[in-house]
Amino acid sequence: MNSTPIVRAEGLQKQVVSPEGALTILNNINLSIQRGQSLAIVGVSGSGKSTLLGLLAGLDRPSAGRVWLNGADLYSLDEDGRAAIRSRTVGFVFQSFQLLPGLTALENTALPLELAGHKNARELATERLAEVGLKARLSHYPNQLSGGEQQRVAIARAFAGYPAILFADEPTGNLDQNTAGRIIDLLFRMNQEHGTTLVMVTHDEAIADHCERRVVIAGGELAGAVA
Amino acid sequence: MNLSRFALTALRRDWRSGELRLIGIAILIAVACLTSVAFFTDRVKRATELQASELLAADLVLVSSKQIDEIYIEQASKLNLRYSRNESFRSVVLKDERLELAEVKAVDGRYPIRGRLRVADTLFGAESATDNVPEPGAVWLDSRLLQSLQAEPGDRIGLGAATLRITKILTYEPDRGGDLFNIAPRLLMNRADLPASKLLLPGSRAQYRLLLGGEGARLAQYQQAIKNIDNPHLRVDSIRDARPEIRTALERAEQFLGLAALVSVALAGLAIAMSAGRYAGRHYDHCAILRCLGLKQRQITRLYLLQLLMLALLFSLPGCALGYLAQEGLNRLLAGMITESLPRPSLFPVITGLAAGLVAVLAFALPQLSRLARVPPLRVLRRDLAPLPLNNYLIYTLGAGALLLLSPWQSGSFRLTLYTLAGLLLTALVLAGAARLMLCLLQYLQPGLRGAARHGLASLTRRGSQSVAQIIGLGIGVTVMLLLTLIRTDLLEGWQDRLPPQTPNYFLINIQPDQVEDLRALLSGTLGREIKLYPMIRGRLTHINERRLDPEVFADPRARRLAAREFNLSYADRLQADNALVSGRWWGTDAADNKYFSVEEGIAETLGIKQGDSLRYSIGGQALTAEVLNLRQVEWDSFNVNFFVVANTEAMRGYPGAFISSFYLPAAERSLLIRLVRQFPSVTILDVDALLKQVRVIMEQVVRAVEFVFIFTLLTGGAVLFAALQTTHDQRAREAALMSALGARRKQILAGLTAEFLCLGLLTGLLSALAASAIALILAEYVFNIDAVINPAIWLIAPLSCCCIIVLAGLLGTRQALSSSPVTVLRRL
Repeated sequence: MNSTPIVRAEGLQKQVVSPEGALTILNNINLSIQRGQSLAIVGVSGSGKSTLLGLLAGLDRPSAGRVWLNGADLYSLDEDGRAAIRSRTVGFVFQSFQLLPGLTALENTALPLELAGHKNARELATERLAEVGLKARLSHYPNQLSGGEQQRVAIARAFAGYPAILFADEPTGNLDQNTAGRIIDLLFRMNQEHGTTLVMVTHDEAIADHCERRVVIAGGELAGAVA
Repeated sequence: MNLSRFALTALRRDWRSGELRLIGIAILIAVACLTSVAFFTDRVKRATELQASELLAADLVLVSSKQIDEIYIEQASKLNLRYSRNESFRSVVLKDERLELAEVKAVDGRYPIRGRLRVADTLFGAESATDNVPEPGAVWLDSRLLQSLQAEPGDRIGLGAATLRITKILTYEPDRGGDLFNIAPRLLMNRADLPASKLLLPGSRAQYRLLLGGEGARLAQYQQAIKNIDNPHLRVDSIRDARPEIRTALERAEQFLGLAALVSVALAGLAIAMSAGRYAGRHYDHCAILRCLGLKQRQITRLYLLQLLMLALLFSLPGCALGYLAQEGLNRLLAGMITESLPRPSLFPVITGLAAGLVAVLAFALPQLSRLARVPPLRVLRRDLAPLPLNNYLIYTLGAGALLLLSPWQSGSFRLTLYTLAGLLLTALVLAGAARLMLCLLQYLQPGLRGAARHGLASLTRRGSQSVAQIIGLGIGVTVMLLLTLIRTDLLEGWQDRLPPQTPNYFLINIQPDQVEDLRALLSGTLGREIKLYPMIRGRLTHINERRLDPEVFADPRARRLAAREFNLSYADRLQADNALVSGRWWGTDAADNKYFSVEEGIAETLGIKQGDSLRYSIGGQALTAEVLNLRQVEWDSFNVNFFVVANTEAMRGYPGAFISSFYLPAAERSLLIRLVRQFPSVTILDVDALLKQVRVIMEQVVRAVEFVFIFTLLTGGAVLFAALQTTHDQRAREAALMSALGARRKQILAGLTAEFLCLGLLTGLLSALAASAIALILAEYVFNIDAVINPAIWLIAPLSCCCIIVLAGLLGTRQALSSSPVTVLRRL
């Protein structure tokens, strides 16, 4: 197994300007995530979990520090460079699903494949949707699907392009307990089947327990880590 | 990835979801409006030019000081053009012992190509149109020549070696052009009699004309073909060289139509920009996901650019067809009004319509959609993140640039475009300032209000900048609609009023100084009003700033002609009522010791004369040098007596001259003319009634055309209103759903919305009435030079109709959101 971490953060800091002056959201975060590992980032609301996820995935710019994603120094690249890395390496699952409302389940799933220039995008998307048990819902629009089904489409989309790493932001935050359980099972099953690295933000201890590793974030700093 | 295919798919998806409908409709209306205006303007221009070509008696005239070569005629025959030849020259006409110098015109049987001659059997008797010309052996004389020869129909006159019989009195000839007072009276004869008269011998001074008529493209082909023939004696006259009265009317017509077209484009642009702004706002999430999934910024820009181009093309084509159908409908509506039938339009408007549609769409929608590329990908985690607001200067500059780019096609005038843009921009600024002020006042009012009214006003003030932007959009739409409905009538009537029923239709010339008092007494006594007589002295301009004037140095043929001929000068102590100074001052008491000229601005520009220059005229062999104290604007289409150059009385003292006058005489009182001829035989009467009628007909057609074109502008105004109301629709629907979720009853929500729309309507109505009145006054004063009377009803009609329209349209727009369950609405938005 390749021992180079797939994600490495060094001295990561994020500050924003507020009426009261500069506000530090994240401070001096140093973190390495190994390929194929599953990691839970836990912490209370407002602790900076989602901000950290955004920085690790290259969605935001840090005030200081560096992040390497799959070997690429993310913030030495411009926005388009980071977009190219995301397109090749990263998959996302969000709390609010983030499906495009004008697209069917199949079209939503095929989108990252189309963007990456896959010729058989629709066939691959159909396979993924079958894997998440939505073969019968291919032509349904998001507003015709239940919350759980929408998140399953989002998972199918996230795994569609065989990403090396999957970032999930509170993937069950909008779902009831039963559905949430099924979604988490699905997420981990797919993760194992595809050998993907999983980085998940959650405040749910039970979900965090599914992960091989957990980091706790409090007041913008890494407060503790369980290997 | 294949962006084009992806763009097409995205376009289809967006269309299916209804996102693009508004922007598509805005493009459709814009292009339909643009092309219908272009088609219609094209046809009306051709028709009006056809009408105006009557003033040349042809569509094109070749004028030469030598016999016109056969090659010109062969070329005309080859292109199937109709043609007619004539010669004109000065010659003495003899009747008994009386001699008179006449301007003789010898015509063939095909004369005139355009328009008709009119003749009478007796002096000042009833006239009728004729398709004939004098038979060989016969001549037709105008009333002025008949009067001076003291002849009547049936008499014989001597012309060179020939003796010819007067058979009719010539009352109207279409191409009488030039300066009415500069030419000798007319004698019309048949070309067949020329050899017998032995008047035209080699070296004789004469003008040879070839009149041509035919379809525009062939005429253009003809002009192209003869362009390369080197002939220094030949010039080509088109309708632009026809009478200045008609030229002014045509130019004004173009101004009206151009203005209508431009305002339509600007409004359509505004509607497109607003729809695109809303579309962009609704696609932030979409773009954030695309960015998150790896799409690059420039790919997003290209994606939306492609979508926009596809959309523009998709809606421009039916827009062109709709524009064509619309103007075809107008053609039927106006059949026989302008001419028997309007000429077919060229296909050029389709190309310009498509191109203009694309340019307008790109300029107005692209800046809005360019924001989508700047949506931060982090928006997938934090929905509050949006791209930085667009720089308004960028939008305005791009929009203004597009309009300037389109102006040569649409209005043909950069000046008019700049005026319109400045007007719209100023209106937007005034509306913005006033709207902000009113919103501040409303904020103070709020605490005193209760219930729905308070909630409605709070919604309006809470949205702040968004409400201001909405009021600007609505305000511009309503302002233009007001200008087009209420004020248009005032403007157009004001223009037509420039030729009121009492416009002078007769001119008296050659009035000797000793006849002035008696003539004034006769005219004033009979007509019951004071008739003004103006002194008129003929002189040739010889020097400008002590430099000898050489007509050949002017490149412009009109300037060459003006520099070579004699001017009619006049003198006055006061500025004539229908003239206006454009620079300098009118002379006062200093005029007693100084010599001054006042020069008409048009001729000053043609001859390069500036205020402060010194001009020298040769008058009857004596030199008169004076300083140009001012430049004047003259309304040549007023049919009043006017002069290019006027001096102060002192400067002209002692120079020989005569007087001239113009007056209106109703047909029933024509007997006065007979008395005039008898009492003042040396005074010559010129009848301009026919010309006046022609100018009136052209004005009427123009008004009709403009009113039609305005319907489209009105439609684009409607699109702007719709788009402006849509800008805050989502927010309003979301708020209504939230209130409903919190337990507000439907009635309460409706009352709040009604209060908000009422307030918006009232503000928009009042501000639009203010803007429309101001713009109308400015247009009347500086563009159309007419007196505008603003209908005071505008202050009542504008707020009332705005309230009705905005409340109705606003409530209809939110109806769907109100009838759906709050969860459905909140999920959708």
